[in-house]
Amino acid sequence: MREYLDLFWTFAKIGACTFGGGYAMLPILQRELVEKRGCATEEQLADYFAIGQCTPGIIAVNTATFVGHSRKGKTGGVAATLGLVFPSLVIIMLIAAFLQNFAHLPVVIHAFNGVRACVCALILSSVLKLRKNTVIDRPTAVLFIVVLLLAAVGTFVSFDGVPGGAVIDFLLSPVVLVVAAGAAGLCIRAAKGGGRA
Amino acid sequence: MIYVRLFLEFFQAGLFSVGGGLATIPFLTDIGARTGWFTPGDLANMIAVSESTPGPMGVNMATYVGFHTGGVLGGVVATLGLICPSVIVILIIAGFLQKFRQSRAVDAVFYGLRPASTALIAAALLQVCSIALVDLSALTGGDPAAGIRWKAVVLAAAVFLCLRNKKLKKLHPIVFIALSAVVGVVFQF
Repeated sequence: MREYLDLFWTFAKIGACTFGGGYAMLPILQRELVEKRGCATEEQLADYFAIGQCTPGIIAVNTATFVGHSRKGKTGGVAATLGLVFPSLVIIMLIAAFLQNFAHLPVVIHAFNGVRACVCALILSSVLKLRKNTVIDRPTAVLFIVVLLLAAVGTFVSFDGVPGGAVIDFLLSPVVLVVAAGAAGLCIRAAKGGGRA
Repeated sequence: MIYVRLFLEFFQAGLFSVGGGLATIPFLTDIGARTGWFTPGDLANMIAVSESTPGPMGVNMATYVGFHTGGVLGGVVATLGLICPSVIVILIIAGFLQKFRQSRAVDAVFYGLRPASTALIAAALLQVCSIALVDLSALTGGDPAAGIRWKAVVLAAAVFLCLRNKKLKKLHPIVFIALSAVVGVVFQF
């Protein structure tokens, strides 16, 4: 029991100290697991992260589950993941409850209108960085453009009242686009492999 | 039952978003459009709060949307929904992880998934821009000049230029978010 609590607590600390996403978590994981506890090596950490990236879901959550599992089995995986999300639950709900009471004030509205403009710039900057690592050759560039166009149509064009509108909406939903892109990846690699052989 | 729906919607988001926290945003815009639980404007605010508070961004977003929709229990249910697929998948493949990682099929699938995930985030960015930088109703109402929020466009461009700067881009996003809030208040955005 103590070991599960320890995992929960370690990952709660990691959750509370991580700003941003999965990558921001790496230095804190390093300090907690490698330097302080000596329960993982640098190479193992790199492995954990690689696995977090090639399984469905958010990298930070995947990494927490995997580290917990490799320490203390299935219950350990669950304990570590619950620990990771615990600070978010508390902090976000406090802030959200606070903002709900003040959202109608003009000063809050002005502040958020400024913040929204900033969010555009932050996401654009992240997308450009992500694109460098994910759009690596011609097939991935084509995939990027096609998915972007389809997703934009799905977001901005309303198919209400069009015959089969619900079907079109479904086909342009992120879930279908992600599944199709995964299938496309398989086909492209298979075609290339076939060409070589 | 709102809680069951929240759980299922976020389960789906957790299962299909690939990569870091931003990858959940396209799924959230989709959920907002289908359920009407929150507007794109709400979502833009939630993104800002999630980026400026500790915790993985995707988790923060789930908690926020859940709380906004169904109170404290909603926040808990949405977050559990988001992490469930990760936990299940990892625990299943943990036994043959080395094989899974070195599998050429898995590699090929992710070769296709990653650019698609980036494209979906880019599409979500367009939607956030359409809320933050322009006023779509005025734009389509025949007065294009009034439809552009010039102050917001200038601020966004300024922040973007800072993020391209070698020294400034090392600053934490929370710095830019806080400064933008001040600019928004001072200049009456």
